Amino acid sequence: MPLSAPTPVHPGPQPLDTRYQVETPEGIDLVLRPAGLVPRALAFAIDLLIRGLFLLAVYVVLGMLGQFGMGLATILLFLVTWWYMVLFEVLNQGRSPGKQWLGLRVVHDDGTPVGWAASLTRNLLRFVDILPFAYTLGIISCLNHRAFKRLGDIAAGTLVVYRDSAPEAPLLPPAEALRPPFALSRVEQRALMGFAERAGQLSAARRSELAGILAEPLQVAPEHAEHQIHGIARGLLGPA
Amino acid sequence: MKQSLYESQHQAEWQAFAEQLDALERGKADSQQSRRFAADYRRLCQHLALADARGYSNHLVERLQQLALRGHQQFYRHRSPLGAQLIGFLLVGFPRLVRAEWRCVAAASLLFFGSLISMGVLTYLFPDLIYSMVDPEQVASMERMYDPDARRLGRFSERGSGDDWMMFGFYIMNNIGIAFQTFASGLLLGLGSLFFLLFNGLMIGAVAGHLTQIGYSETFWSFVIGHGAFELTAIALAGAAGFKLGWALLAPGRHTRGEALRLAGAQSIRLVGGVIAFLLLAAFIEAYWSSMTFATPTIKYLVGATLWLLVLAYLLLAGRGGHAPD
Repeated sequence: MPLSAPTPVHPGPQPLDTRYQVETPEGIDLVLRPAGLVPRALAFAIDLLIRGLFLLAVYVVLGMLGQFGMGLATILLFLVTWWYMVLFEVLNQGRSPGKQWLGLRVVHDDGTPVGWAASLTRNLLRFVDILPFAYTLGIISCLNHRAFKRLGDIAAGTLVVYRDSAPEAPLLPPAEALRPPFALSRVEQRALMGFAERAGQLSAARRSELAGILAEPLQVAPEHAEHQIHGIARGLLGPA
Repeated sequence: MKQSLYESQHQAEWQAFAEQLDALERGKADSQQSRRFAADYRRLCQHLALADARGYSNHLVERLQQLALRGHQQFYRHRSPLGAQLIGFLLVGFPRLVRAEWRCVAAASLLFFGSLISMGVLTYLFPDLIYSMVDPEQVASMERMYDPDARRLGRFSERGSGDDWMMFGFYIMNNIGIAFQTFASGLLLGLGSLFFLLFNGLMIGAVAGHLTQIGYSETFWSFVIGHGAFELTAIALAGAAGFKLGWALLAPGRHTRGEALRLAGAQSIRLVGGVIAFLLLAAFIEAYWSSMTFATPTIKYLVGATLWLLVLAYLLLAGRGGHAPD
């Protein structure tokens, strides 16, 4: 367990989305994307189904073994009820089968993989989250928290985050590489390159509308602004 | 340096790191290759910091961020020797923790044992009280269980040769379930733990008082005294852990409530760890010793009293040495 809660560090204003930044000892910011109510509920439903089917199979098989079998089945029921989540989360890198299916994982608040104590805490306190019925307290807490934590997550200091897949390399629109007409700050550089990288996802009208805003500082006609920006992005990326 | 040059210089390195991560995530990493992992990871963090500072494109920064996050997950995996930690905790850590949290433990014990004893005495004096707690059918089955003429004792005596395995399973399920509920419901400002402590105390007290009053005292007390040492203490300790959670919400001190809860949670879950150990031991004793009829009641009382003394001595004295255990 971390000794003190890492406070999310936000350079500048709070981000508009739900990303959660953690500064690590290596001097970098990890960006985590906490998962909301719906994917978490789906993951839980899948886990519930798996457990139900498993117990059904166990009872059928062990029921044939008589008393010894029933004793074993009771122990298994206990293990599955209270330990299924804990064992999977700790031994399978924060992922129960349902979470793995939906691309989620459990981590500590500081981004490190979840350990025994935190996992046990969050899963025992599930008992309170399901009160008074159908996860009411858990849902209320989850919807009210910036990082979508249920009560068990708050007490254990854990987060359920998405496991991102590697991003596709974007294709920059064709343009001649240009030098920017004046020195750009880091944020401006990022913005111009972001615009070029996302060109494929925006409609032509929206692109020219956005680019038009920069026509004046770039000293070009509004209809050439888009091409100009693409050129500058190319120039920032490679030789110009 | 322009971004495209930087990318082409390090592309192969990042590719190799990603492959190494894939292997680690699937748990199939080559130990020889993993030797370089820490150095590779730091290098990647440096690349990420550089890319960020130089204002390289979002795509590159995000890609490096993701590699760093995956590396971080592998680098900080908890790989402590669990066995050694567990032994250290049971020998020293747990009793120390119980003494450190003596306020919660005292409150929970007072509530649980207080209600248990007073209800027992009251039921003994006013026999009808049992029916206010337990319905008549259950009372009858309880009486059958501890009938002095029965060959075997306890909750499964009716089955004749009640299988020890079955009982062991049942005891684990039932008792640890109760303890977990007592702990977890403490999050409701401590009210849940309060309820479960009082409810279980009154229930057990009523049954004990009733069975003593109708003259089954020898079968009952000789049965419960052994495992009771661990079982009852464990429930009181689970309640104490619950109170710690509730208290963090009621009186968070100089922390925010969320932070206070997180700090209390880290301590109370360790208490629960000890409770689990106690209850496993109790289930074992209940299934394999308490239910046996070959030992005379005198021997059972002696063993039971020794177990109670052991538990008390363990909680009060263990781990008081000045230095950490080797």
